Amino acid sequence: MSQVRSDYVRPVDFKRGHVDMSHGGGGRAMGQLIEELFVREFDNAWLRAGNDGASVTIPPGRIVIATDSHVVSPLFFPGGDIGCLSVHGTLNDVAMGGARPLYLAASFVLEEGFPLADLRRIVTSMALAARDAAVPIVTGDTKVVEKGKGDGVFITTTGVGVIPEGIDIASDRARPGDAILVSGTLGDHGVAIMSLRENLSFESTITSDTAALHGLVAAMVAAAPRIHCLRDPTRGGLATTLNEIATQSGCGMIIRERDLHVKPQVAAACEFLGLDPLYVANEGKLVAIVPMEDSEAVLGAMRAHPLGRDAALIGSVVEDPHHFVQMQTTFGGWRNVDWLTGEQLPRIC
Amino acid sequence: MCLAIPALVVALTEPDAALIDVGGVRKTISLELVEGIAPGDYVVVHVGYALARLDPEEAQRTLALFASAGELALPS
Amino acid sequence: MKYIDEFRDGALARRLSSAIAREADGGRTYNLMEFCGGHTHAISRYGIADLLPDNVHMIHGPGCPVCVLPIGRIDSAIELAARPGLILATYADTMRIPASKGLSLLKAKARGADIRMVYSSADALRIARENPEHEVVFFAIGFETTTPPTAVAIRQAQALGLSNFSVFCNHVLTPAAITNILESPEVRKLGTVPLDGFVGPAHVSTVIGSQPYEFFADEYCKPVVIAGFEPLDVMQAILMLVRQLNEGRAEVENEFTRAVGREGNVKAKALIAEVFELRSSFEWRGLGEVPYSALRIREAFRAFDAEVRYGLAYRPVPDNKACECGAILRGVKKPTDCKVFGTVCTPDNPIGSCMVSSEGACAAHYTYGRFRDIPVVASAS
Repeated sequence: MSQVRSDYVRPVDFKRGHVDMSHGGGGRAMGQLIEELFVREFDNAWLRAGNDGASVTIPPGRIVIATDSHVVSPLFFPGGDIGCLSVHGTLNDVAMGGARPLYLAASFVLEEGFPLADLRRIVTSMALAARDAAVPIVTGDTKVVEKGKGDGVFITTTGVGVIPEGIDIASDRARPGDAILVSGTLGDHGVAIMSLRENLSFESTITSDTAALHGLVAAMVAAAPRIHCLRDPTRGGLATTLNEIATQSGCGMIIRERDLHVKPQVAAACEFLGLDPLYVANEGKLVAIVPMEDSEAVLGAMRAHPLGRDAALIGSVVEDPHHFVQMQTTFGGWRNVDWLTGEQLPRIC
Repeated sequence: MCLAIPALVVALTEPDAALIDVGGVRKTISLELVEGIAPGDYVVVHVGYALARLDPEEAQRTLALFASAGELALPS
Repeated sequence: MKYIDEFRDGALARRLSSAIAREADGGRTYNLMEFCGGHTHAISRYGIADLLPDNVHMIHGPGCPVCVLPIGRIDSAIELAARPGLILATYADTMRIPASKGLSLLKAKARGADIRMVYSSADALRIARENPEHEVVFFAIGFETTTPPTAVAIRQAQALGLSNFSVFCNHVLTPAAITNILESPEVRKLGTVPLDGFVGPAHVSTVIGSQPYEFFADEYCKPVVIAGFEPLDVMQAILMLVRQLNEGRAEVENEFTRAVGREGNVKAKALIAEVFELRSSFEWRGLGEVPYSALRIREAFRAFDAEVRYGLAYRPVPDNKACECGAILRGVKKPTDCKVFGTVCTPDNPIGSCMVSSEGACAAHYTYGRFRDIPVVASAS
């Protein structure tokens, strides 16, 4: 009779297995999934300690806390996936506050039946994104919902960072005369996602621009500490972000269409579907509002950084009690760049 | 009203369809509503169907019209 | 993008702008209606109004098939989508149109109706083929540009014997709408709205050709210039209209010669005639009942007619009393003349048809141009 190994535990089947209710049950199955997937991939002392929360030391100074839920569909898209997107998104929110990101937390809501192979792919991608950013994921949570009650997986990430001395960046600090800068091309992420949507699909080489921007922000702040506003134009695109800042700061804006950079394929896809690139989501770009006299220095710092090569000065902040964002078209005329009405949908008319 | 876009016909596919290219973005659309289309032609595409072949000479003529608009009725 | 970028060139725009300013007679006004919603959108999006002299006015016409779709028809679409197991395939344009009881297709989708946005009628057919156990209805809207694609889908459904597929047909006709505007009391008799000429639709004309507009030029003595879709096309067409009016001509001219001929697309027209026939009357939101202005599916293809298959009863729903869309669609009033414009009625909460789609006169003005209403405008640096 062969000897039975008393300490043998069958490993999680990441090739063919699926999430089931026991993975959220708090029992052995859940513990095993956490151990063999999350702890192994995210790989740091806090997770290995196995506590409910992580005990960290924050340097002195003002702290930024940011949180974001990620529900993107499809989960995998050209240039990224929900995993790295969730890491980048929250790192960017922290960075837009002018802070240096220090720690991340990640919660997962998994749908019963979700393939473990896909889950591992997502978690591996998150781990890589966090490692590249040098920001550890120190704590997390896992829940499982019944089949039909989730979209495969929802991820919520929370980030904590500290603001360096002398930095005061907030969306209500734009002032008339300030320069408006954008770090690169517009609409890449939204179009990459749309290219996979059933019934709207098209072939292209467009990839999502998802990226962590805190390194770029650090370079910009080093060049000009007096930056007034930073914001990443995600859902709703550049137009929404500019309108938000204009409203919060109580001013107007004037931008020039000819200074906006849009990749030719992104422009073409938008033409196809009747979309306006101004309203299409970006996940690796930022808008900066800086005193005009600092604009050259900041632009220089941006263009020297890999994530800011296509940075441009696109306009300026003006006095305007109505907080309009106006754009001079390439054609020469003027138009409002208004708030988005609901979600931008493709059109045939 | 009707969003339609000029597209380059890259290849004819079956049946009665073509792979078109607009600025590097490609899609397969129907040629059911047109005739005599060949790769290299430009067609006007609306909701996944080619509606007309674009005449390159007429396009040039129209562009020339725009350019000459400023030259008429010069102040004497 | 070829045949697109060249037709958006700013330098050429300035030339055309100077030419129009030079040739427009300072002693009169030119009131030109661009019929097509796509042209309304182009004019607003590119700020063409800024490049025209003060005495050239653009009036926005009713060529927006979303805008003119009556609430009752959306109600029917929602009714279809609510049927258990039925899949409604629709162009995304219809999703946000407000219907009765505060509903829309978007809201119905949120409540569980299986509504799928498609790019093409071919996608709707594919959904029907892939889901043989479900009824699939294609919500067909649009002018003559969008009608042939529906005809192709119906013919293919018949050839395939696709018994789970049908079409809810709301296709409307351009010449009938133009007649309706020209016949309206304000334009024809009272002379309150001077309507001097038309910028004819671009892509509708690729299908119907330039010939149908000759009737309007002859009968009503109004020049028509068919214009391409790009902003330079629109400006060139405006210049050609100004010249016609200066010279006392009322002809049909074609600026969009690269895609439009006199006969149009004969193959597409034949297909439309094979599959569809005229309805004697159809309600247009804002314009009321318009005779011989819409299409329904012929007897031979009645198996694919959703109105017949599901016994849909049309219940007209009147517009809000404060809504001035009817007058705006005829060019009698401007969006800013409407009491509820920009206050109760906004793109987020549209009361009437002109605000519903981004091409409607009110929506276009609100989204792109309302900074012009305000006397204190920030100056460009």
